[in-house]
Amino acid sequence: MRTAGDLVAWMQMTRKMKINEAKAYMAGKLGIDIIDLTNEEVMHQLREDLGLGLVTSVSGSPKGIRAKMKIAELLDIRINSVGLFKSQIGYPE
Amino acid sequence: MSDEILTRMGDGERITMSASELKEEILTGTEDAAEKGRIAQLTAEELDKLFEIMADPSRMVSVEPGQEVIVTDDGGTMSFYSGQDGGGVGVPLSRMQAILTYERACGADTTSMGHSDYSYKPVKSIINFETNEYYTASQMTTAPFFYGAQPNMGLYYQPDGPCVNPAELFAEGDIEGAKKTQEEAAEHLRRDLGFVVRKFDEVGCEGINFDTSGSAGDADYMAALQAVRDLKKDLPHMPMILGASGEFVLGMHGSVEFDGKRLAGMYPQEQVQVAEAAGADIAGVAVNTNTNESVAWNLARAATFVKAATAASNIPVHVNVGMGVGGVPMMEQPPVDSVSRVSKTLVQLGKADGL
Repeated sequence: MRTAGDLVAWMQMTRKMKINEAKAYMAGKLGIDIIDLTNEEVMHQLREDLGLGLVTSVSGSPKGIRAKMKIAELLDIRINSVGLFKSQIGYPE
Repeated sequence: MSDEILTRMGDGERITMSASELKEEILTGTEDAAEKGRIAQLTAEELDKLFEIMADPSRMVSVEPGQEVIVTDDGGTMSFYSGQDGGGVGVPLSRMQAILTYERACGADTTSMGHSDYSYKPVKSIINFETNEYYTASQMTTAPFFYGAQPNMGLYYQPDGPCVNPAELFAEGDIEGAKKTQEEAAEHLRRDLGFVVRKFDEVGCEGINFDTSGSAGDADYMAALQAVRDLKKDLPHMPMILGASGEFVLGMHGSVEFDGKRLAGMYPQEQVQVAEAAGADIAGVAVNTNTNESVAWNLARAATFVKAATAASNIPVHVNVGMGVGGVPMMEQPPVDSVSRVSKTLVQLGKADGL
């Protein structure tokens, strides 16, 4: 959550992407250069703007399941906990 | 550069070596891996690079910006609240607190939880406790959140389990009996792995880690591979890490196969391929540290195995770099100088996708 490690991890887990492919995919989705995936200055602002969860706690900003919903949507992946949550609250398909 | 280079042995003892001694250690380490694994040695350029890493006078080293990889773990959050025997610091955090501390204060790329008795068999009997706690924590975590445990087929042998202990049968010269009891234990294990993972799927589990598969030998490894394949048929959406327990699969049975390939004696480049064939999303590689050899020897050896494994794999490869594996010294508090050198080497030379 500090930069983009969790996001890259999701791509390895859900699409079996090796590290360079996962980083390229992430950088493409975020519209940044690969080197900025680990740039705190860039990623902090992006994460805040996109609601992906911040490692420093801002009251009321998305964390946990709320942030994971945003992450799943941005990355176009299935996150199982998000799927269950949506089914339980009647989230529209 | 000083001719007295500070380095360590595989048991963590700090020593000094000359440049020529260090280079010799690196060469013999890669030669050992190449001979055992029937793989290529590190190239001359890679050997030079490894020497530079090992001889760097800094306490800690790292990769260049842009080369970073991600981290997964095997119950790392237990390190907060467990005791010395669990490698922990004994701070009485709840599991939720430990998980969130690891995610946010330590900046972990992924988190996990597991039973204190970190094997799948004991999880089965308290499954509702575990799934309840997982579900609650998963509402709060943002980073990928795994549930992990070890297949540990040895728990299915008497007196802990239903099957006759093969060690007793080997001692009596009953080889066929010993094989048969391992096959029986493997069936129990395969079934239990399936049971536990399906229960976790019901609570939205984000990923499963089968840690140190094969620790009880080739039948243990076979059961884990079979379970991954079974589960991927029903739960294709469940990410799975299949981690190995050593640089070769112990032939306790000697004859079990997966997809027609004998598992006994498989080295990492073959282990990652069967893991991929089974359907795993991430393959874990473990290379055991020899405490009688230097870190340089161990790391050159590990890097040689890892390089072959990542080249052979179409799925991400994460290398175990806990104490006593990957070239990391076998000691309670792995020294940061060694851990950082291992990490840098396995990423830059081994091409690991994660640690």
